[in-house]
Amino acid sequence: MRRSNGLGFIYLSLLVALLLTVMPMPQQVKLFRPDWALLVVLYWTMALPGRVNILTAFVLGFLTDVLVGTVLGVNALAFSVVTFIVAVNYLKIRNFSVIQQALLLGLFLALYHLLLFWLSHFLTGVYFLPAYLWPVLTGMLVWPWLFWLLRRYRRQFKIQ
Amino acid sequence: MNAIFSRGPLLGLRLLLAVLCSVGLMMVDRYTERSTQLRSFLTSAVSPLFYVASLPETLLSGATEQFMSHQRLLDENARLKETLLRQNGQLQLLGYLQQENSKLRALLGSAPLTDGQRLVAEVLAVYSHPFSHQVVLNKGSNDGVTEHQPLIDESGVVGQIVSVGPTSSRALLISDNTHALSVRAERTGIRTVAEGLGQWDLLRVIHLPQSADIREGDRLLTSGLDGLFPEGYPVAVVSRVQKDESQPFMTVYATPYAQLDRIRHVLLLWPGARLDDVLSPEEPN
Repeated sequence: MRRSNGLGFIYLSLLVALLLTVMPMPQQVKLFRPDWALLVVLYWTMALPGRVNILTAFVLGFLTDVLVGTVLGVNALAFSVVTFIVAVNYLKIRNFSVIQQALLLGLFLALYHLLLFWLSHFLTGVYFLPAYLWPVLTGMLVWPWLFWLLRRYRRQFKIQ
Repeated sequence: MNAIFSRGPLLGLRLLLAVLCSVGLMMVDRYTERSTQLRSFLTSAVSPLFYVASLPETLLSGATEQFMSHQRLLDENARLKETLLRQNGQLQLLGYLQQENSKLRALLGSAPLTDGQRLVAEVLAVYSHPFSHQVVLNKGSNDGVTEHQPLIDESGVVGQIVSVGPTSSRALLISDNTHALSVRAERTGIRTVAEGLGQWDLLRVIHLPQSADIREGDRLLTSGLDGLFPEGYPVAVVSRVQKDESQPFMTVYATPYAQLDRIRHVLLLWPGARLDDVLSPEEPN
Protein backbone atom coordinates (compact mmCIF):
# COMPACT_ATOMS: atom_id res chain seq x y z
CA MET A 1 0.00 0.00 0.00
CA ARG A 2 2.86 2.34 0.86
CA ARG A 3 4.12 2.13 -2.70
CA SER A 4 1.05 3.74 -4.15
CA ASN A 5 1.30 6.65 -1.76
CA GLY A 6 -0.13 9.85 -3.19
CA LEU A 7 -0.62 8.73 -6.76
CA GLY A 8 -3.85 10.73 -6.77
CA PHE A 9 -1.92 13.89 -5.88
CA ILE A 10 0.39 13.39 -8.86
CA TYR A 11 -2.60 13.05 -11.16
CA LEU A 12 -4.15 16.12 -9.57
CA SER A 13 -1.08 18.22 -10.38
CA LEU A 14 -1.07 16.89 -13.94
CA LEU A 15 -4.75 17.78 -14.28
CA VAL A 16 -4.06 21.32 -13.10
CA ALA A 17 -1.24 21.57 -15.64
CA LEU A 18 -3.64 20.54 -18.41
CA LEU A 19 -6.16 23.13 -17.25
CA LEU A 20 -3.46 25.81 -17.36
CA THR A 21 -2.67 24.69 -20.89
CA VAL A 22 -6.17 25.41 -22.16
CA MET A 23 -7.13 28.31 -19.92
CA PRO A 24 -8.38 31.22 -22.06
CA MET A 25 -5.98 34.15 -22.11
CA PRO A 26 -5.38 37.29 -24.14
CA GLN A 27 -3.61 36.63 -27.41
CA GLN A 28 -0.48 38.59 -26.49
CA VAL A 29 0.03 36.59 -23.30
CA LYS A 30 -0.71 33.26 -24.93
CA LEU A 31 2.34 33.32 -27.17
CA PHE A 32 4.44 33.22 -24.02
CA ARG A 33 2.52 30.48 -22.26
CA PRO A 34 4.96 27.90 -20.84
CA ASP A 35 4.34 24.24 -21.62
CA TRP A 36 2.88 23.50 -18.20
CA ALA A 37 1.99 19.89 -18.85
CA LEU A 38 5.47 18.99 -20.06
CA LEU A 39 7.18 20.86 -17.21
CA VAL A 40 5.10 19.10 -14.57
CA VAL A 41 5.68 15.67 -16.14
CA LEU A 42 9.41 16.37 -16.25
CA TYR A 43 9.41 17.34 -12.58
CA TRP A 44 7.71 14.11 -11.56
CA THR A 45 10.01 12.07 -13.80
CA MET A 46 12.97 13.65 -12.07
CA ALA A 47 11.57 13.25 -8.57
CA LEU A 48 9.89 9.84 -8.85
CA PRO A 49 11.16 8.14 -12.01
CA GLY A 50 9.70 4.82 -10.89
CA ARG A 51 6.20 6.25 -10.75
CA VAL A 52 6.03 8.73 -13.56
CA ASN A 53 7.79 8.04 -16.80
CA ILE A 54 7.16 7.48 -20.45
CA LEU A 55 3.68 6.01 -20.15
CA THR A 56 2.41 8.99 -18.17
CA ALA A 57 4.16 11.36 -20.57
CA PHE A 58 2.61 9.61 -23.54
CA VAL A 59 -0.90 9.77 -22.07
CA LEU A 60 -0.49 13.41 -21.10
CA GLY A 61 0.91 14.28 -24.50
CA PHE A 62 -2.03 12.55 -26.11
CA LEU A 63 -4.44 14.53 -23.93
CA THR A 64 -2.61 17.71 -24.89
CA ASP A 65 -3.06 16.78 -28.54
CA VAL A 66 -6.78 16.33 -27.99
CA LEU A 67 -7.10 19.55 -26.03
CA VAL A 68 -5.11 21.83 -28.30
CA GLY A 69 -6.10 20.30 -31.61
CA THR A 70 -2.69 19.42 -33.02
CA VAL A 71 -2.49 16.26 -35.10
CA LEU A 72 -3.04 13.35 -32.71
CA GLY A 73 0.21 11.81 -31.56
CA VAL A 74 2.49 14.77 -32.24
CA ASN A 75 2.62 15.98 -28.66
CA ALA A 76 2.51 12.39 -27.41
CA LEU A 77 5.70 11.60 -29.31
CA ALA A 78 7.50 14.80 -28.30
CA PHE A 79 6.54 14.35 -24.64
CA SER A 80 7.72 10.73 -24.68
CA VAL A 81 11.10 11.55 -26.23
CA VAL A 82 11.89 14.41 -23.85
CA THR A 83 10.72 12.39 -20.84
CA PHE A 84 12.89 9.48 -21.96
CA ILE A 85 15.98 11.71 -21.93
CA VAL A 86 15.15 12.99 -18.46
CA ALA A 87 14.27 9.52 -17.14
CA VAL A 88 17.60 8.09 -18.30
CA ASN A 89 19.60 10.93 -16.77
CA TYR A 90 17.49 11.74 -13.73
CA LEU A 91 20.28 11.03 -11.24
CA LYS A 92 22.58 13.54 -12.91
CA ILE A 93 19.93 16.18 -13.41
CA ARG A 94 18.83 15.93 -9.78
CA ASN A 95 22.30 16.92 -8.61
CA PHE A 96 22.33 20.14 -10.60
CA SER A 97 21.39 23.42 -8.99
CA VAL A 98 18.01 24.81 -9.92
CA ILE A 99 19.57 27.38 -12.25
CA GLN A 100 21.56 24.70 -14.08
CA GLN A 101 18.42 22.61 -14.29
CA ALA A 102 16.58 25.53 -15.82
CA LEU A 103 19.28 25.97 -18.47
CA LEU A 104 19.24 22.27 -19.26
CA LEU A 105 15.48 22.34 -19.39
CA GLY A 106 15.72 25.12 -21.94
CA LEU A 107 17.54 22.64 -24.18
CA PHE A 108 14.87 20.00 -23.62
CA LEU A 109 12.09 22.49 -24.31
CA ALA A 110 13.82 23.61 -27.49
CA LEU A 111 14.06 19.97 -28.54
CA TYR A 112 10.37 19.52 -27.75
CA HIS A 113 9.37 22.52 -29.85
CA LEU A 114 11.61 21.50 -32.73
CA LEU A 115 10.14 17.98 -32.70
CA LEU A 116 6.67 19.46 -32.62
CA PHE A 117 7.49 21.75 -35.50
CA TRP A 118 9.15 19.09 -37.63
CA LEU A 119 6.28 16.66 -37.22
CA SER A 120 3.66 19.33 -37.84
CA HIS A 121 5.64 20.51 -40.83
CA PHE A 122 5.65 17.05 -42.37
CA LEU A 123 2.00 16.43 -41.58
CA THR A 124 0.30 19.76 -42.19
CA GLY A 125 3.00 21.98 -43.67
CA VAL A 126 3.18 24.74 -41.06
CA TYR A 127 5.59 27.63 -41.48
CA PHE A 128 8.19 28.44 -38.88
CA LEU A 129 8.15 31.72 -36.99
CA PRO A 130 10.80 32.54 -34.37
CA ALA A 131 7.98 33.58 -32.04
CA TYR A 132 7.09 29.89 -31.63
CA LEU A 133 10.14 29.53 -29.42
CA TRP A 134 9.02 31.98 -26.71
CA PRO A 135 7.68 29.17 -24.49
CA VAL A 136 11.25 27.84 -24.25
CA LEU A 137 12.35 31.05 -22.55
CA THR A 138 9.29 31.40 -20.34
CA GLY A 139 9.57 27.72 -19.43
CA MET A 140 13.13 28.28 -18.26
CA LEU A 141 12.09 31.32 -16.24
CA VAL A 142 9.18 29.47 -14.65
CA TRP A 143 11.13 26.32 -13.81
CA PRO A 144 12.76 27.44 -10.51
CA TRP A 145 9.39 28.52 -9.10
CA LEU A 146 7.60 25.46 -10.37
CA PHE A 147 10.33 23.22 -8.98
CA TRP A 148 10.07 24.85 -5.58
CA LEU A 149 6.28 24.71 -5.59
CA LEU A 150 6.07 21.07 -6.65
CA ARG A 151 8.74 20.02 -4.15
CA ARG A 152 6.77 21.63 -1.36
CA TYR A 153 3.64 19.96 -2.71
CA ARG A 154 5.40 16.60 -2.82
CA ARG A 155 6.74 16.91 0.73
CA GLN A 156 3.51 18.28 2.11
CA PHE A 157 1.51 15.29 0.92
CA LYS A 158 4.41 12.85 1.34
CA ILE A 159 4.14 11.63 -2.21
CA GLN A 160 6.74 8.97 -2.94
CA MET B 1 17.09 -1.27 -6.03
CA ASN B 2 16.57 -3.98 -8.59
CA ALA B 3 14.13 -1.70 -10.28
CA ILE B 4 16.89 0.78 -11.05
CA PHE B 5 19.12 -1.76 -12.76
CA SER B 6 16.37 -3.11 -14.93
CA ARG B 7 15.24 0.36 -15.95
CA GLY B 8 17.67 1.01 -18.78
CA PRO B 9 16.42 -1.39 -21.47
CA LEU B 10 12.89 -1.13 -20.13
CA LEU B 11 12.83 2.61 -20.74
CA GLY B 12 14.12 2.17 -24.27
CA LEU B 13 11.44 -0.38 -24.96
CA ARG B 14 8.79 1.93 -23.57
CA LEU B 15 10.05 4.79 -25.69
CA LEU B 16 9.94 2.58 -28.76
CA LEU B 17 6.36 1.59 -27.95
CA ALA B 18 5.36 5.20 -27.32
CA VAL B 19 6.94 6.35 -30.59
CA LEU B 20 5.25 3.57 -32.53
CA CYS B 21 1.88 4.39 -30.96
CA SER B 22 2.34 8.09 -31.71
CA VAL B 23 3.29 7.48 -35.31
CA GLY B 24 0.27 5.20 -35.66
CA LEU B 25 -1.98 7.88 -34.22
CA MET B 26 -0.53 10.49 -36.56
CA MET B 27 -1.13 8.31 -39.57
CA VAL B 28 -4.69 7.51 -38.49
CA ASP B 29 -5.41 11.16 -37.77
CA ARG B 30 -3.86 12.54 -40.91
CA TYR B 31 -4.59 10.01 -43.59
CA THR B 32 -7.84 8.24 -42.72
CA GLU B 33 -11.46 9.31 -42.67
CA ARG B 34 -12.06 7.74 -39.28
CA SER B 35 -10.26 10.53 -37.46
CA THR B 36 -13.23 12.93 -37.55
CA GLN B 37 -15.33 10.47 -35.56
CA LEU B 38 -12.46 9.77 -33.22
CA ARG B 39 -11.87 13.47 -32.71
CA SER B 40 -15.54 14.13 -32.07
CA PHE B 41 -15.59 11.43 -29.45
CA LEU B 42 -12.43 12.73 -27.80
CA THR B 43 -13.68 16.31 -27.89
CA SER B 44 -16.81 15.32 -26.03
CA ALA B 45 -14.76 13.28 -23.57
CA VAL B 46 -12.56 16.23 -22.60
CA SER B 47 -15.18 18.97 -22.82
CA PRO B 48 -15.61 19.18 -19.01
CA LEU B 49 -11.98 20.29 -18.87
CA PHE B 50 -12.75 23.23 -21.13
CA TYR B 51 -15.68 24.24 -18.96
CA VAL B 52 -13.51 24.12 -15.84
CA ALA B 53 -10.64 25.96 -17.51
CA SER B 54 -12.84 28.82 -18.63
CA LEU B 55 -14.43 29.08 -15.17
CA PRO B 56 -12.06 31.76 -13.80
CA GLU B 57 -12.65 33.97 -16.81
CA THR B 58 -16.41 33.48 -16.62
CA LEU B 59 -16.38 34.33 -12.93
CA LEU B 60 -14.20 37.35 -13.53
CA SER B 61 -16.36 38.76 -16.29
CA GLY B 62 -19.45 37.97 -14.18
CA ALA B 63 -17.96 39.91 -11.29
CA THR B 64 -17.13 42.84 -13.56
CA GLU B 65 -20.75 42.94 -14.65
CA GLN B 66 -21.90 42.76 -11.05
CA PHE B 67 -19.85 45.74 -10.04
CA MET B 68 -20.58 47.80 -13.11
CA SER B 69 -22.11 51.03 -11.97
CA HIS B 70 -25.76 51.82 -12.49
CA GLN B 71 -24.94 54.78 -14.70
CA ARG B 72 -22.72 52.72 -16.99
CA LEU B 73 -25.40 50.09 -17.35
CA LEU B 74 -27.92 52.75 -18.28
CA ASP B 75 -25.50 54.20 -20.83
CA GLU B 76 -24.84 50.82 -22.32
CA ASN B 77 -28.54 50.07 -22.44
CA ALA B 78 -29.25 53.33 -24.25
CA ARG B 79 -26.45 52.66 -26.72
CA LEU B 80 -27.65 49.14 -27.42
CA LYS B 81 -31.22 50.35 -27.94
CA GLU B 82 -29.98 52.90 -30.42
CA THR B 83 -27.99 50.26 -32.31
CA LEU B 84 -30.97 47.94 -32.34
CA LEU B 85 -33.21 50.68 -33.71
CA ARG B 86 -30.74 51.57 -36.42
CA GLN B 87 -30.20 47.96 -37.43
CA ASN B 88 -33.91 47.21 -37.42
CA GLY B 89 -34.36 50.11 -39.79
CA GLN B 90 -31.72 48.64 -42.06
CA LEU B 91 -33.32 45.21 -41.76
CA GLN B 92 -36.64 46.55 -43.08
CA LEU B 93 -34.85 47.75 -46.17
CA LEU B 94 -32.98 44.46 -46.38
CA GLY B 95 -36.22 42.48 -46.24
CA TYR B 96 -37.56 44.46 -49.16
CA LEU B 97 -34.33 44.05 -51.12
CA GLN B 98 -34.24 40.33 -50.42
CA GLN B 99 -37.76 39.95 -51.73
CA GLU B 100 -36.88 41.93 -54.82
CA ASN B 101 -33.69 39.94 -55.28
CA SER B 102 -35.46 36.58 -55.07
CA LYS B 103 -38.07 37.80 -57.58
CA LEU B 104 -35.35 38.87 -59.97
CA ARG B 105 -33.52 35.61 -59.49
CA ALA B 106 -36.73 33.72 -60.14
CA LEU B 107 -37.12 35.74 -63.35
CA LEU B 108 -33.60 34.83 -64.35
CA GLY B 109 -34.26 31.22 -63.51
CA SER B 110 -31.35 30.93 -61.09
CA ALA B 111 -31.37 29.36 -57.66
CA PRO B 112 -32.63 31.68 -54.92
CA LEU B 113 -30.28 32.59 -52.10
CA THR B 114 -31.49 30.94 -48.95
CA ASP B 115 -31.16 32.47 -45.57
CA GLY B 116 -30.96 29.54 -43.20
CA GLN B 117 -31.26 29.18 -39.48
CA ARG B 118 -28.69 30.70 -37.13
CA LEU B 119 -27.45 30.02 -33.65
CA VAL B 120 -25.22 32.05 -31.37
CA ALA B 121 -22.40 30.11 -29.75
CA GLU B 122 -19.88 31.20 -27.18
CA VAL B 123 -16.19 30.44 -27.44
CA LEU B 124 -15.12 28.19 -24.57
CA ALA B 125 -11.46 27.91 -25.35
CA VAL B 126 -9.16 29.34 -27.95
CA TYR B 127 -6.00 27.48 -28.33
CA SER B 128 -3.22 29.65 -29.45
CA HIS B 129 -0.90 27.01 -30.71
CA PRO B 130 0.53 28.44 -33.90
CA PHE B 131 0.13 25.06 -35.57
CA SER B 132 -3.57 24.81 -34.91
CA HIS B 133 -5.90 27.76 -34.98
CA GLN B 134 -8.98 26.25 -33.45
CA VAL B 135 -11.64 27.27 -31.00
CA VAL B 136 -13.98 25.20 -28.87
CA LEU B 137 -17.62 26.29 -28.84
CA ASN B 138 -20.25 25.65 -26.20
CA LYS B 139 -22.77 24.23 -28.66
CA GLY B 140 -22.76 20.62 -29.84
CA SER B 141 -24.84 17.97 -31.53
CA ASN B 142 -27.57 18.49 -28.91
CA ASP B 143 -28.12 21.91 -30.46
CA GLY B 144 -28.07 20.52 -33.97
CA VAL B 145 -24.49 21.46 -34.81
CA THR B 146 -22.99 19.35 -37.59
CA GLU B 147 -19.53 18.98 -39.09
CA HIS B 148 -18.40 21.44 -41.79
CA GLN B 149 -20.86 24.03 -40.64
CA PRO B 150 -19.80 27.62 -41.44
CA LEU B 151 -19.16 30.10 -38.68
CA ILE B 152 -19.28 33.91 -38.83
CA ASP B 153 -19.09 36.78 -36.41
CA GLU B 154 -20.32 40.35 -36.69
CA SER B 155 -17.57 41.40 -39.08
CA GLY B 156 -16.89 38.39 -41.29
CA VAL B 157 -16.30 34.70 -41.80
CA VAL B 158 -14.58 32.96 -38.88
CA GLY B 159 -14.21 29.32 -39.84
CA GLN B 160 -15.96 25.97 -39.90
CA ILE B 161 -16.83 23.20 -37.48
CA VAL B 162 -14.50 20.20 -37.68
CA SER B 163 -15.66 17.96 -34.87
CA VAL B 164 -18.79 17.81 -32.77
CA GLY B 165 -19.47 16.47 -29.30
CA PRO B 166 -22.85 16.47 -27.54
CA THR B 167 -22.31 19.76 -25.70
CA SER B 168 -19.28 21.27 -27.38
CA SER B 169 -17.72 21.42 -30.78
CA ARG B 170 -14.40 22.37 -32.30
CA ALA B 171 -14.05 24.87 -35.11
CA LEU B 172 -11.16 25.42 -37.46
CA LEU B 173 -10.46 29.10 -38.14
CA ILE B 174 -9.79 30.48 -41.60
CA SER B 175 -6.30 31.46 -40.46
CA ASP B 176 -5.26 27.86 -39.76
CA ASN B 177 -2.72 26.68 -42.26
CA THR B 178 -4.78 23.64 -43.17
CA HIS B 179 -7.78 25.78 -44.06
CA ALA B 180 -8.66 27.34 -47.40
CA LEU B 181 -11.89 28.72 -48.78
CA SER B 182 -13.15 29.93 -52.10
CA VAL B 183 -13.51 33.72 -52.35
CA ARG B 184 -14.47 36.30 -54.91
CA ALA B 185 -13.14 39.85 -55.17
CA GLU B 186 -16.06 42.22 -54.81
CA ARG B 187 -14.80 44.86 -57.24
CA THR B 188 -13.79 42.65 -60.15
CA GLY B 189 -15.50 39.34 -59.44
CA ILE B 190 -12.27 37.35 -59.76
CA ARG B 191 -12.63 33.98 -58.08
CA THR B 192 -9.72 32.69 -56.09
CA VAL B 193 -8.79 30.78 -52.96
CA ALA B 194 -7.74 32.28 -49.63
CA GLU B 195 -5.66 29.99 -47.47
CA GLY B 196 -4.55 30.37 -43.87
CA LEU B 197 -0.90 30.76 -42.93
CA GLY B 198 -1.01 30.07 -39.21
CA GLN B 199 -0.98 33.80 -38.47
CA TRP B 200 -3.94 35.51 -36.89
CA ASP B 201 -4.09 38.52 -39.16
CA LEU B 202 -2.96 37.18 -42.51
CA LEU B 203 -4.37 35.01 -45.29
CA ARG B 204 -2.70 34.22 -48.57
CA VAL B 205 -4.65 34.55 -51.80
CA ILE B 206 -3.29 31.93 -54.16
CA HIS B 207 -3.25 31.07 -57.85
CA LEU B 208 -3.76 34.60 -59.14
CA PRO B 209 -2.00 35.11 -62.50
CA GLN B 210 0.15 38.21 -63.02
CA SER B 211 -2.51 39.76 -65.21
CA ALA B 212 -5.28 39.48 -62.62
CA ASP B 213 -6.88 42.76 -61.64
CA ILE B 214 -6.51 42.93 -57.90
CA ARG B 215 -5.25 45.74 -55.74
CA GLU B 216 -4.83 46.65 -52.12
CA GLY B 217 -8.12 47.38 -50.40
CA ASP B 218 -10.18 44.98 -52.49
CA ARG B 219 -12.85 43.22 -50.45
CA LEU B 220 -12.92 39.44 -50.69
CA LEU B 221 -16.31 37.77 -50.20
CA THR B 222 -17.20 34.10 -50.03
CA SER B 223 -18.06 32.81 -53.48
CA GLY B 224 -20.19 29.87 -52.37
CA LEU B 225 -18.33 27.64 -54.80
CA ASP B 226 -16.82 25.48 -52.09
CA GLY B 227 -20.34 24.30 -51.27
CA LEU B 228 -19.70 25.03 -47.62
CA PHE B 229 -19.76 28.75 -47.02
CA PRO B 230 -22.88 30.55 -48.25
CA GLU B 231 -22.23 33.22 -50.84
CA GLY B 232 -21.58 36.86 -50.11
CA TYR B 233 -20.12 36.96 -46.61
CA PRO B 234 -17.07 39.21 -46.18
CA VAL B 235 -13.85 37.28 -45.57
CA ALA B 236 -10.86 39.58 -45.83
CA VAL B 237 -9.46 42.73 -47.34
CA VAL B 238 -6.43 42.60 -49.62
CA SER B 239 -3.53 44.11 -47.72
CA ARG B 240 -0.48 43.50 -49.90
CA VAL B 241 0.07 42.72 -53.56
CA GLN B 242 3.53 41.78 -54.82
CA LYS B 243 4.12 41.37 -58.52
CA ASP B 244 7.24 39.50 -59.49
CA GLU B 245 7.38 38.78 -63.21
CA SER B 246 9.66 35.79 -62.70
CA GLN B 247 6.94 33.98 -60.75
CA PRO B 248 3.93 32.39 -62.38
CA PHE B 249 1.52 33.82 -59.80
CA MET B 250 1.22 37.03 -57.86
CA THR B 251 1.85 37.03 -54.14
CA VAL B 252 -1.24 38.49 -52.52
CA TYR B 253 -1.96 38.74 -48.81
CA ALA B 254 -5.22 39.67 -47.16
CA THR B 255 -6.30 40.58 -43.64
CA PRO B 256 -9.41 38.81 -42.32
CA TYR B 257 -12.31 41.01 -41.28
CA ALA B 258 -13.10 38.88 -38.26
CA GLN B 259 -10.79 39.59 -35.34
CA LEU B 260 -9.80 35.98 -35.02
CA ASP B 261 -7.61 36.49 -31.98
CA ARG B 262 -10.37 37.96 -29.83
CA ILE B 263 -13.60 36.25 -30.78
CA ARG B 264 -16.03 35.63 -27.92
CA HIS B 265 -19.32 34.94 -29.70
CA VAL B 266 -19.88 33.46 -33.11
CA LEU B 267 -22.88 32.77 -35.27
CA LEU B 268 -23.40 29.24 -36.60
CA LEU B 269 -25.05 29.14 -39.99
CA TRP B 270 -27.24 26.49 -41.53
CA PRO B 271 -27.00 27.46 -45.16
CA GLY B 272 -30.36 25.79 -45.75
CA ALA B 273 -31.58 22.75 -47.61
CA ARG B 274 -32.10 24.61 -50.89
CA LEU B 275 -28.38 25.11 -51.31
CA ASP B 276 -27.77 21.37 -50.93
CA ASP B 277 -30.38 20.70 -53.60
CA VAL B 278 -28.50 23.00 -55.91
CA LEU B 279 -25.16 21.39 -55.21
CA SER B 280 -26.02 17.70 -55.12
CA PRO B 281 -26.43 17.19 -58.91
CA GLU B 282 -22.75 18.02 -59.31
CA GLU B 283 -21.54 15.22 -57.08
CA PRO B 284 -21.72 12.28 -59.53
CA ASN B 285 -19.19 13.94 -61.80
